[in-house]
Amino acid sequence: MDAKEDLDVKIGLEVHCHLTSLKTKLFCRCPADYYNKEPNTNICPVCMGLPGSLPVLNEQAVKHALAIALALGSRVSQKMVFYRKNYFYPDLPKNFQISQYDKVGGLPLATGGQIRLKDKVVRIRRIQLEEDPAKIVYEGSISTSPYALVDYNRSGVALVEIVTEPDLTTPKQARQFLQKLRAILEHLGVCNCDLEAALRCDANISVRGGYRVEIKNIGSFKDVEKALSFEVTRQKMLGAKRGMETRHWDDVRGVTISLRVKEEEQDYRYFPEADLPPYIITEDLIAETLAAMPELPDARRDRFIKQYNLPHQAAEILTSHKSLADLFEKSIEKYRSPLRIANWLISDILGYLNRKDLDPSTLKIAPEDIAALARAVDEGLINEQTGRNLLLKAATTGKRIEQKIFAEVSKIGDEATIKALVDRVFKENEKAVKDALKNEKAINYLIGLVMKASGGKTDPHITRSVIVAKLKQLS
Amino acid sequence: MTNIDLRSAKRLVEAIRLGEVSIVDVVEASLNKIKELDKDINAFITINSKKALAAAESLDTKLKRGEKVGALCGLPIAVKDVISTAGLETTCGSKILKGYIPPYDATVVAKLKEAGAVIVGKTNTDEFAMGSTTEFSAFGPTRNPVDKSRVAGGSSGGSGAAVAAGMVPLSLGSDTGGSIRCPAAFCGVVGLKPTYGSVSRYGLISYANSLEQIGPFAANVDDCALLFQCISGWDPMDSTSYRNPPKVESSKICRRVAVPKEFFGEGVEDAVARSVWRGIEALKDGGYVVEEVSLSTLDYALPAYYIIAMAEASSNLARFDGLRYGLSLKSGYRDWNTYFSKCRAKGFGPEVKRRILLGTYVLSAGYYGAYYLKAQKIRNILKTQFQQLFTKYGLIAGPTMPTTPFKIGEKIEDPLLMYMIDINTVPPNLTGHPAISVPVHKEGELPVGLQIIAPYFCEERLFQAAKIVEESLRRQ
Repeated sequence: MDAKEDLDVKIGLEVHCHLTSLKTKLFCRCPADYYNKEPNTNICPVCMGLPGSLPVLNEQAVKHALAIALALGSRVSQKMVFYRKNYFYPDLPKNFQISQYDKVGGLPLATGGQIRLKDKVVRIRRIQLEEDPAKIVYEGSISTSPYALVDYNRSGVALVEIVTEPDLTTPKQARQFLQKLRAILEHLGVCNCDLEAALRCDANISVRGGYRVEIKNIGSFKDVEKALSFEVTRQKMLGAKRGMETRHWDDVRGVTISLRVKEEEQDYRYFPEADLPPYIITEDLIAETLAAMPELPDARRDRFIKQYNLPHQAAEILTSHKSLADLFEKSIEKYRSPLRIANWLISDILGYLNRKDLDPSTLKIAPEDIAALARAVDEGLINEQTGRNLLLKAATTGKRIEQKIFAEVSKIGDEATIKALVDRVFKENEKAVKDALKNEKAINYLIGLVMKASGGKTDPHITRSVIVAKLKQLS
Repeated sequence: MTNIDLRSAKRLVEAIRLGEVSIVDVVEASLNKIKELDKDINAFITINSKKALAAAESLDTKLKRGEKVGALCGLPIAVKDVISTAGLETTCGSKILKGYIPPYDATVVAKLKEAGAVIVGKTNTDEFAMGSTTEFSAFGPTRNPVDKSRVAGGSSGGSGAAVAAGMVPLSLGSDTGGSIRCPAAFCGVVGLKPTYGSVSRYGLISYANSLEQIGPFAANVDDCALLFQCISGWDPMDSTSYRNPPKVESSKICRRVAVPKEFFGEGVEDAVARSVWRGIEALKDGGYVVEEVSLSTLDYALPAYYIIAMAEASSNLARFDGLRYGLSLKSGYRDWNTYFSKCRAKGFGPEVKRRILLGTYVLSAGYYGAYYLKAQKIRNILKTQFQQLFTKYGLIAGPTMPTTPFKIGEKIEDPLLMYMIDINTVPPNLTGHPAISVPVHKEGELPVGLQIIAPYFCEERLFQAAKIVEESLRRQ
């Protein structure tokens, strides 16, 4: 077990995930891609909540959300109903959010389901579809800004909310949960989790059965762990307030700050959104979504273990980052050296990314280069360390590895010279030749001898073909 | 051109098509009539003279060139000020929207323009359509053209009065709990609340979105039908509009009329009952079979209606916070809650505030089950009972309003008394059925409307029956 269970602590997460693969927002035809646009240009009467405008459901969003629900093994409602969540806030143009609800007759998209961590099953409470509010922009800090600006470009973008049961017991588990969820979302292709605010998380925590504290504004997975660790310590030392408290994570100072304490939960006056008829989720739609379901991280991990003989741990790490797992598979397609490549990706590349706090999806390294390096090492053309150095250089510079790097090492490319060298090595190593005639794998030893004789300067591919041809003559 | 009679849309369209009058003549006649009469009646909040005349000119040019002009070819039309019109101020009869110019047309407005109608102005309404007399408009009450000391009904009082006064042949209203049928009855014109989902609500500024529909006013049944045909139909922008309405088959029961005795309950004036029965007799003479029935759930319709309407209103009107459009206060409020509270306190009138407060209350945790859910239950029971009744009868009839139009100011101090007059008009809003009000009073009497209700999407059946009543009374 990675982290000791802390039975005093109960943590539940509310994860909000943008469906970034959608073309349009949840209830209008404005582009879902609101990034890097002039403020308040990606809007229309509907997402601006202008009087008289009406929402029309983006059915593609239902399909994406359904894929998430099915991937987490949730029970999908036969009929999905939208509810209005009423509260006043400047980022909410209608002063209500079209969302879903699981009480007073509400039917969210799905309930139940789970995510399996290494030593833990985290239950999902519900999965629902809702619209994202706009973005409030402050000049500097929220408390000193002379004004607040609202950018409605994001208003109405489709969000899936995933709420867990309070099954997590350590901050580290919370981070592992998010990592796993992220890998699932990436494999489903519904969320590009690297985009700003694409994956956000609020955490609820209670210590020793005390009042529940909600922490908002957690920007990254690392911060989830930090914020929760801070809260566990704080609550163990000071205890929770009498009443439900909402706290704000200040990532600069690394502390949580109290926003409000309430005796009761805020009353959002949920009631059905009559502008949207209930949406029937048909058996056909479910079957269709299941049929189109891509391979998910757990299944991919198990396949990696079986197909490539990877150790469990390595397979687990690779498949918890879709881009890393993809890079792995593309590389070994070019040159099948799974163990070496897995090892490089995990210890060198992922190590480098972690140090730089980068995501694997930002990597610009060609699988061809990884394959070529692995081959060069296997063939004794370069040594292991040189291979790793070159790989890291490619990862940091984002440049292709030029073939002339190998050529510099192996300058002898003309066949006649190589043939002469091969003849000499064959004469001097009769036993090795005999072995090679019996066992193909021993050819590599002969290649190594030729390389050595040349000071590592013969072209390994030509050397190989010359040796193979000569062995054929002998047999 | 003088003396253009604006009371028949059909005749006007004919005259325009035959070239007897130009569209500019007709629109000018309408604008002149408004200028002449409206200072006393106050049917209009905004008059659209310039743009209307420009539109008329361009339509005339089109006609001369032989281009196709739609079914409402050149007709002046008035639009209730809760319906969005691009480039034309839309206030909902409220100070909070003063100065709001929508950037888009409601679907019905786009359809009107497509059909060649010319919008001459935006009509007066109770603030956000909340009221039954148009007295709750921030721009003053509309007076009944029949007797200017009396109310025109509401909330679409401006649209009813504009047609009744002959300012326009056609107008659009909205009907959440009787807001078209009430002024139609009080002003002595024809008004239709269509089947929920048959006319797009896109651009209609919501009061209670599960109850309301946009619908037509006209001086006669044929014109009402003409306008309904132009505005109805599926709209991809309104998810509650029907794409494929069920086909209605005619059968023997089409001509069987149920008259629930509850429609003639306490509070129905004798004069009203007399006129309504005259209308029902006319149906009998026209070959309809009339039977009295009882529908006890009707007694609960009014409270259920007000709970649902206010609940929805409290949420629908939340967006008016003075931040993005309409009323805005000078800055200096550092705190957002204070700012929008001040704005709403200043911008909304007393009836709107009352309904927002009550609506907020009935949706609150702890009261939701006792009020909102119960009201929805009654609504469902009523729906089922109407459906059952429609397996035996083709139509349901009764008085539109329990009273004739009363004096301005008579009921404004007593909200409950005011709510009571909606008792017969709210059931079709709860159930979604179409309902028409057709005049049944005698010449010289205060106006009385006969309300006829039909099964879903059977507007045609309403027009047939209403026409029989109309013709029979014309002969008398």
